[in-house]
Amino acid sequence: MYEASDLRKGLKIEIDGEPYIVTNFEFCKPGKGQALYRCKLKHMLNGSTLDRTFRSADKIDKPNLETREAFYSHSEGDVHIFMDGETYEQYAIPDEILGTGSRFLKPDIECEILFYKERPVEVTLPFFIEARIIETEPGARGDTATNVTKTAKLDNGHEVQVPLFINEGDLVKVDTRTGGYSERVSKA
Amino acid sequence: MNESAKRETEIARLRSLSKALEARHQLSRTVRDFFRQHSYLEVNTPVQIKAPALEEHIDCSAAAHGYWLRPSPELHMKRLLAALNRPIFQLGPCFRAEERGSLHLPEFHMLEWYRPEADCMDILEETKFLIRTCDQALEGFTEDKAFNRKIDFSGEWMVVNLDTAFAEYTEMDMDSAMEQNLFEQVLVERILPQAEKNRPLVLCGFPLTLDSLARKNPDSGRAERWELYVNGMELANAYTELTDYHEQKHRFQQTAEIRRRQGREVYPVDVHYLETLRCGLPECGGIALGFDRLLMALLGCDNIEQITPFPPEKETVEFI
Repeated sequence: MYEASDLRKGLKIEIDGEPYIVTNFEFCKPGKGQALYRCKLKHMLNGSTLDRTFRSADKIDKPNLETREAFYSHSEGDVHIFMDGETYEQYAIPDEILGTGSRFLKPDIECEILFYKERPVEVTLPFFIEARIIETEPGARGDTATNVTKTAKLDNGHEVQVPLFINEGDLVKVDTRTGGYSERVSKA
Repeated sequence: MNESAKRETEIARLRSLSKALEARHQLSRTVRDFFRQHSYLEVNTPVQIKAPALEEHIDCSAAAHGYWLRPSPELHMKRLLAALNRPIFQLGPCFRAEERGSLHLPEFHMLEWYRPEADCMDILEETKFLIRTCDQALEGFTEDKAFNRKIDFSGEWMVVNLDTAFAEYTEMDMDSAMEQNLFEQVLVERILPQAEKNRPLVLCGFPLTLDSLARKNPDSGRAERWELYVNGMELANAYTELTDYHEQKHRFQQTAEIRRRQGREVYPVDVHYLETLRCGLPECGGIALGFDRLLMALLGCDNIEQITPFPPEKETVEFI
């Protein structure tokens, strides 16, 4: 069980046997009274939302979540196929569960898939992936005092903002949590 | 992120707060000038204390050697007031365990002041005067794009009695809300949203059991206490101080019993404070005003991090 004071954005909880994730969280404690934890919750399977206020003495169920390691294999339309690293079982994960993460999928990267009652609810990619720059303006150009980044296209087709010293052909690290450039791995 | 990138991130964050820090500096000067002009004595009382006031819903952070970090300087200030019999104020850090949110930090600054021969309504008039003075002192920050000085402190403040508000905006009366443990939720979700935006709201007539140190109004049976809210944010809590030794002792005992039943820490009682009451604390009024929140309200910030250089979560450490 969780205590109300464990509540925070991103916590996964269970209400009436259904799995929810806290998407917004507000702490308040009016009038020298008890603490209130006002949460917006999103159903982890069907995406429906719910407002719920918890009080300091409330206990909250933990959902029974299971993590499995799996390697990304390929995509079939809007469904991404992963293979369990231990059992070689294949999992078909709909695109909406990956959200923006799907753009960083590369064959054989190892991901963590979270299951709730045998249904996949979340895929966590490695925090950093490497990608090659296939298109960007050369070197530092223009007003360097205010323009400290430029747009670059990655080999997976997506665009990121990179520092001016990055060139085409460079290998860079991208943070999959923010979608932003992290550092250069090697020069072209 | 490497070390120099971390440092650059911190410098950028701290520099982005420079206007807010200037405003805070201006505000503390204004507050001190105000109280000096009104013959208040500025005092400093211990931050590490042995006996925090027993309140049902206030939990303290432990310091070393049996001390607690003060959740408020109240008891020491009233001990001083009883001896000096003159108005006193204090601006300093206070601590509340496990309070963190967009309006809460576990460590914050409280402005407290106490005045003999005053009741909570006298304190209200003084508070209006103080906040309006502070509002004028920060007028120069209106031009700054980072802030949205939108609260009209100069106009009339709404004063609402809680029993009336419960009757008007909810289907239950305040006592049944208390019995069903719903008081706070109804207050936040049903009553506070009714308040006019950007206009100060004073709620009065609080249930007696929510507070251990306020005097009971003999007519209404409610606490002689009010709280100031702006756009749902609580700014201050004031009361006519309970000066009756026997009743105070009884209330502390009741609160201790409640906390014991709930399995929460039961703090020792400040015997000096009870002794002060037994020997006679002058009739007085007092108030605790969140200094950080006052700054937020005056600048139009809605998250306390907009005025806080070092939020606790950013303090990463390692051993060497």
